[in-house]
Amino acid sequence: MDSSVEPTRQLIRLRGRSYVAFVFTPVVPIVGWLEEIDATLARSPDFFVGKPVVLDLSAVDLSQSAVVHLVKSIEQRNIRVLGFEGVDAAHLDASMPPLLTGGRHCAPQLAVAEKRETKPQLTSLLLDSPVRSGQSVIFTEGDVTVLGSVGSGAEIVAGGSIHVYGTLRGRAMAGVNGNSSARIYCQSIEAELIAIDGYYQTAEELDADLRSRPAQARLDGKIMRITPLN
Amino acid sequence: MAKVLVVTSGKGGVGKTTSTAAIGAALAQAGQRVVVIDFDVGLRNLDLVMGAERRVVFDLINVVQGIAKLPQALIRDKRLDNLWLLPASQTKDKDALTEEGVGRIIKELRTNCDWILCDSPAGIERGAMLAMRHADEAIIVTNPEVSSVRDSDRIIGMLDSKTARAEKGERVEKHVLITRYDAARAARGEMITIEDILEILATPLLGIIPESQDVLRASNVGSPVTLNNPASAPARAYLDATKRLLGETVPMLVPSGRKGLMNLLLGRRAA
Repeated sequence: MDSSVEPTRQLIRLRGRSYVAFVFTPVVPIVGWLEEIDATLARSPDFFVGKPVVLDLSAVDLSQSAVVHLVKSIEQRNIRVLGFEGVDAAHLDASMPPLLTGGRHCAPQLAVAEKRETKPQLTSLLLDSPVRSGQSVIFTEGDVTVLGSVGSGAEIVAGGSIHVYGTLRGRAMAGVNGNSSARIYCQSIEAELIAIDGYYQTAEELDADLRSRPAQARLDGKIMRITPLN
Repeated sequence: MAKVLVVTSGKGGVGKTTSTAAIGAALAQAGQRVVVIDFDVGLRNLDLVMGAERRVVFDLINVVQGIAKLPQALIRDKRLDNLWLLPASQTKDKDALTEEGVGRIIKELRTNCDWILCDSPAGIERGAMLAMRHADEAIIVTNPEVSSVRDSDRIIGMLDSKTARAEKGERVEKHVLITRYDAARAARGEMITIEDILEILATPLLGIIPESQDVLRASNVGSPVTLNNPASAPARAYLDATKRLLGETVPMLVPSGRKGLMNLLLGRRAA
């Protein structure tokens, strides 16, 4: 009996995958262009580490020896050449990186990485001490919450709503960016002025029954509605 | 290491200078080495209230500008030999005060005494800012009326943001001292109540000083009220406040004052 085992054939799986690479577009004179690369490296020596590049030679007309010399010059600067674009295939021999086609433009990855480092924008501001007379808190990005009172002569300006867990004696201006659905809440209303999206009411116009009570202010069309909470 | 205590208020005429003199003298009576500094350049008064106006040779500005040495400008009190006054200049301008110069004086004093009391001018300008600049503690002098309370609120906000401690992320320990408290008027509801003041200022109370003729009398003879008549109602209130400042627990007495005949007849107001 034939004991030899028929080798199972290994299937080659072919998958497509795309990568983002830097594309260098050398221009004449090549010496001047290489100096530019050196200047970049002087500023940040690790800039090209782990980032292979593609050479786009469509802007220059180089002989085969010139292409070989260029690749050497670049590799001397510790930059790996991944492939070529825009060059006659006849100029490249087997020892050189291959010719690439079908590349598409994309935004440089670096910019994306930098954006991720910035903190996500805050949408609310929390103040855990009283806001004193003469202080002005301006936060146009969103809501302001105060754990304490807002003194007479103090001012809170918010892009969103304002919450005061204390007595509101100063001015409160909510929805300053045109947000008419912003509201103002406080534990005790003795405000000098209340405004939402530019529509305001002064202390004089405030209903006397509401004074020193927990209240909510909202905008109903062009009318300021101040209603007691509970 | 001395504690720097600023006596401030924002509003004028509430009793900063009287309180500085009274508390400074009371601290000295308690055995502490005390220096009181008048920061009210151009409108100095602390020398009068302390009874040292005829012994002023050099002043704060002279020391700031390097014309005089600090020991030359300090005036030792005649009654208490551990109490000194650094008077303000009456002729110079407030702009002659520099942050660097004030910082140097405070630093030099810190090593030699227990308490440095800075009598702040009214307002929120340069003089007041420099008086509070190096403070570790603050007394906010407040009268029971709305304008004084609001100004105090403003000053507390500045103590929390503009002082050297605040900029380092530390706290200035703050105390409210209510002065010119008139029990009879308070009973009639003519003054803002102590509860309301403390609710608005959200700061602990150091003491309540009653309105009294004794304060004016003491000022006129150039003596801190705590030295001039220690048995009087305001002097006792200042002495209690000083004990609290030194960390003692003293029950807070609301000065009641004697009721006159009219008060007995017309004691309560109808709603």
